[in-house]
This record gives sequence, C-alpha cells and structure tokens, in this order.
Amino acid sequence: MNYFVGIDIGASATKAVVINDGKEVLGYSVVDSGADFEVAGSEALTQARQAAGCGASDTLIVTATGYGRRNVPLADGTRTEISCHAGGSYHCFPHAHTLIDIGGQDNKVIKIDDSGRRTNFKMNRKCAAGTGAFLEEIANRLKIPLANLNDLAEKADAGVQIGSYCTVFAGTEILARIREGVSVEDIVKGIFSSVIKRILEMDPMAGNVVMSGGVVEHNPFLVKMLEDRIQKEIFVPSNPQLTGALGAALFSLEGKGKGGLNA
Amino acid sequence: MTEEKKVAIKKIQATGQMRKIMADYFYKLDGVSRDGSQKIAWCTSVGPAELLLSLGFLVYYPENHGAMLGATRMAADCIPVANAVGYSPDICSYLTSDVGAYIRKETPLSMAYKGIEGLPKPDVLVFNTNQCRDVQDWMGWYSRELQVPMMGISTFRNIGDISDDVLAGIVQQIKDLIPALEKISGNKFDIDKLREVMARSKRCSELWKAVLESNTSSPAPMSFFDATIHMGPAVVLRGSDIANDYYELLLKELEDRVANGVGAVEEEKFRLYWEGMPIWGKLRDLSEFFIGFNTAVIASSYCNSWVFEAFDPTDPFLSMARAYTEIFIVRDEDFKEKYIEDIVRRYKLDGILFHDSKTCPNNSNNRYGMPERLEKRLGIPTLTINGDLNDLRCYSEEQAKTNIEAFIEQLEAR
Repeated sequence: MNYFVGIDIGASATKAVVINDGKEVLGYSVVDSGADFEVAGSEALTQARQAAGCGASDTLIVTATGYGRRNVPLADGTRTEISCHAGGSYHCFPHAHTLIDIGGQDNKVIKIDDSGRRTNFKMNRKCAAGTGAFLEEIANRLKIPLANLNDLAEKADAGVQIGSYCTVFAGTEILARIREGVSVEDIVKGIFSSVIKRILEMDPMAGNVVMSGGVVEHNPFLVKMLEDRIQKEIFVPSNPQLTGALGAALFSLEGKGKGGLNA
Repeated sequence: MTEEKKVAIKKIQATGQMRKIMADYFYKLDGVSRDGSQKIAWCTSVGPAELLLSLGFLVYYPENHGAMLGATRMAADCIPVANAVGYSPDICSYLTSDVGAYIRKETPLSMAYKGIEGLPKPDVLVFNTNQCRDVQDWMGWYSRELQVPMMGISTFRNIGDISDDVLAGIVQQIKDLIPALEKISGNKFDIDKLREVMARSKRCSELWKAVLESNTSSPAPMSFFDATIHMGPAVVLRGSDIANDYYELLLKELEDRVANGVGAVEEEKFRLYWEGMPIWGKLRDLSEFFIGFNTAVIASSYCNSWVFEAFDPTDPFLSMARAYTEIFIVRDEDFKEKYIEDIVRRYKLDGILFHDSKTCPNNSNNRYGMPERLEKRLGIPTLTINGDLNDLRCYSEEQAKTNIEAFIEQLEAR
C-alpha cells in the first residue's frame, strides 16, 4: 500500500504526518529537532510510520519541509514551509483565509484564496521577536518551564506593556518590571501581548483567520487574546503544530514534492 | 538526500575583454598616481564626471571600489573599523567599507592587480548628492584625511517633474565648479572638449541601454547579476572610446544569444525584477540559486542608473544637469512607481523582488507601501528580502532563500 508522508523539520521541533490516498491522517509524531536534522527527520519518520501502522513492504512517498528540508535522505522531494503551511491550512479550512503560523524561529502570515492558492505571504524580519524563540528566551529569563506559560498568562489580571522589538531588550524591560514588583502572571501575559503585536504589524487580518504552529498548540490562550484584540473568531486546526507536515504530506500525495520522481 | 540543483552560470564571452579594459584602467590610475603625470579626481558615480574628464582629470570612483569591497567580502572586516571611528553601522556600507579599508591600508585592487599597492592619490574630490547625502560625507572623510579639496553639486531629492528652476540651479552649480577645477587641473576649460566627452558618454549610455534592453527578449540573454558586473565600464570608463568599443562587443554577443534563443537561464520559467541594490557579497550565490529554479532576474532600476539619455553635446551644461537629475534614485515615489510599472510590462515580468538594503534607505523602495500598491495595480506578486549592499551582517541567508523559494512556488501555483 502507498502512504504519503510529510516531514517538517523546524527550528525547534520536527513533525511527521502520514496520510493515505484519502487524505486521512493515519499517524504522526513530534520530536525535538536538536542539533542533527537528519537524525530528527529519521526519528520522526520512524515514529509516525509506526503510529500509522505502515508495514515494511509499504511504499512511502516523502516530502520534506522546514529549515532542515534538505537534510532528509529519504525524502522524494522538498517544498518550503510557506507552501506546506498554506496547503495544510487550506485542507483543514477549505475557504479563503489569512493564516498566521507562529513557529520556533519564524512567524508567517499567509493569504490563501478560495481555491487554495497562496496570493501573498510575509515572514518576520530577521530577528526572532514574537516567535517561539522569543517565548523560550523570556521563559528562560524568568526561570519558568515553557509548558507553564499558558496557565500563567490565563491567570493574569492586566498584563504589562513590552515595547521593544528586540528580544534581548524585551528581556531588559522584563527585568525592570520584576524590579517594580509586577506579578509573573502579568509579565507572561505581557509577552503574549508582545507576540500578538508583532503579528498584527505584519499584515492586516483580513477575512477569516486561522492560526497554526507549535506556539499556538502549546499556548491556546494566545489565540483567545488575539480573538479579543481583532474581535473575530480564529480557527485552529485540531493539531496546529502539524499543519506544515500535513501540507507536505499532501504534496507527496499530489506528487508535487520538488526534486521528486513525480515533480 | 534532496539537494539544490547544481547549476552553472552561463559565461559571457566578452567578460575577458572587460577584465582587460578594467585592468588597464586601474593600472593607468596607479601609474599616474605614482608619476604625477596627470591630475586625478575622485568622483561619485553619478557625479559630474564628464566635466572632470574634459578638464583632463583621470577619474576614480570610490563607489566602484565600495562594490569591489563588497564582492570580495573584504567589507566584513572593514566596516567594523569605520564603525569604531564614528561611522554608524546604519549608514551607507559602501562608505563604511571604503573608509575601513583605507584605515586598514587594504584594497581589493591589490588582490586583483599585481603591483598595485593602494588607491590612486586624489587631487580633488567631487560629489553629487543626487544619490544621497552619504556620498558627501564619504568624500568629506577623505578630504579631511588626505587634505584634499572637496567640492560638489547639491541636487534636490524626491523630484517629480524636473522643472527649469531645478535644472538652472544645477547648471549654475556645475559652472561654479569650473574655476577651482581649472586651477587644480592646470587646464583651461574648453567647451568643445566637454562636447566631445559628452558625445562619447552619450554613446556609452545608448549602448548600455541596448545591452539592458536585450533582456526584453524571451529568454533573456543576460541576468541582473551579470549586468551588475558588466556595468563596470559604464561607471568608470564612460566618456571613452574604450567603453563604447566594449559595449559594441557585448551587445553583439547578446544579440547573437537573442537570435539563437539562448537565455542566461536554461528553460526560463519566470522573469523577475530586482528592485534596489545588489547584495555584492552574494552575487554568484544568488545567481546560481535563481538559475536552479529556472528563474531569470532580468531587470532592475539599479543597472539602468548609468543610462544618461539626456546628454546632448550641443547643450552640454543643461543636458548634463538633466541627465544627472533624471536617474531613478533621485526621483519621487510617483515617478518610481510608474517607472517600475513600465519595465514590468515591457519586460513581461512575473514578479518583483524588493531588496530592503539596511544601510541604503535611498535605494530601498519597499518602505512606503510601494510593493503593495504595485501588486494591486499590476496583478503580480512582490517579495521583500532584507539584506544589505555590503554588510552581510544584515543578511539572513536561510530566511532570504526560503522566502525566494516560496515566492517561486507561489508563481508556479498561479
């Protein structure tokens, strides 16, 4: 039997999704990207194919995406994460929308039309302000486990203002707030607000809005905060962190991984 | 493992001749600098070079040197040195590269041309602010450092329609330079000599324009990356028969390519505009990257900036003022938008790539909503990448390439 696989090797996490020719997700995995993208890709693939119940004789068609897309020896082809996130998102929400993906190192705002075509995209500028790396840095500064950020933000009363673009300068601002005795909860809510500000300055949030990515998966309160800010409902796939890998798997199914046999 | 396609840049045969004439030019400058047989003027690239040439100066162009520092990546070591003496990392990285190189007593000329040990010594420094204020500060540094007189032309900026008043002001400023330049050169100004130089510069402009416009053909015979190299003679040797002979040769080769359907990019699928400065330290890398995606970057306003169509030997001062004021960089947003729109249509382009060059706001045209307006009007996508002309600290390669690749995927899906 043929299975179609997408592997998304991101800056922080590597995700793999296995689908069948009916576009059903049969299995998936998430592993740390670590320092060796090839190992991470291989590990993610092994776990996902086990979860999907693929046998040794089954044929896998693999499309790789993300920063490490060229580090997957088994891949039949590659696609950029921008195309894959757009494809995965449109599969989940097949209508025109604005996709916001918050990744470990990049934020993307992607415009998708009614037929699923990407009409425009923007990535954050070079620095990591407003990305997962920003949250990691601040959590580290506050000595808070990353997994606790969402709960802390939810418990906050007001939230503080973080003004700086720069992650390092934002860290300095946070030190000043600590000195002033601001609660950790309010500081965390403040950094969530900072992420939202960085998103809103990238592109107008036109039409329906979808959010995806690992940061959203682990911090659903961010979605709630953005909904309050833009005064509209935001759609989120059931596994937002897998959106890029799902899009890559769909490219495998369509035979459109670049460099692949069917490209 | 999937890998980027291995590609080769298609060699332009005339390159050999260009290398020779550029070498001859730099050796001549070096020789004159040593023996003092001729006066040397340093001049901004769109400065009043024609006037200087007519007065018998040999002209050296610091911007050309800045580009060489970028292309050889010597800039990486030089920029921080200039930063340390007070020149911000946010200002023109041609300036900071060049000043830093001077302080370090280094020049790519020594690497490229055996026996050349340093820059030619100037007798005068001449600028035109039609490009930016940075060129004046750049010359100002050398003026103080070398105790050499500096003079120049202050052109208005953000010019829409070029009025008679603007031109009259510039004409007067050019004329005002003459007495001092006569004194430094030891030669009396001769309008017939100016007419001769101008006629040759005009011919150079016509030929260079024809070279660039050969890219309206499909496939395009030359890439933007090729053009940034081959514009060298139009920058440093215009006003001479040497440059004109060279462009005759190059044009012939490109016309042959057009006639035979030979493109700079095999199986050209997409045609793009590069708006803004080149990223000098990544020319080859980016050139190969685009070729790997069968995408031809074939038009720019940057390379067009050395097309001085207004030159008219019968009216040298007024036409010189007009030619130096007509260039893209000095014009207002409305003019620039219409200019780009015209090129997109004539070259049948599929998209526009804006280079937001950190240290060159004067030639980064993405910052006031122009990409969005052009997208709407032309119905083609645009992409902005962040980088810099010389300072590779401002360029994130992975992000830039992912953006470009995603942009090409977007074009494929249209």
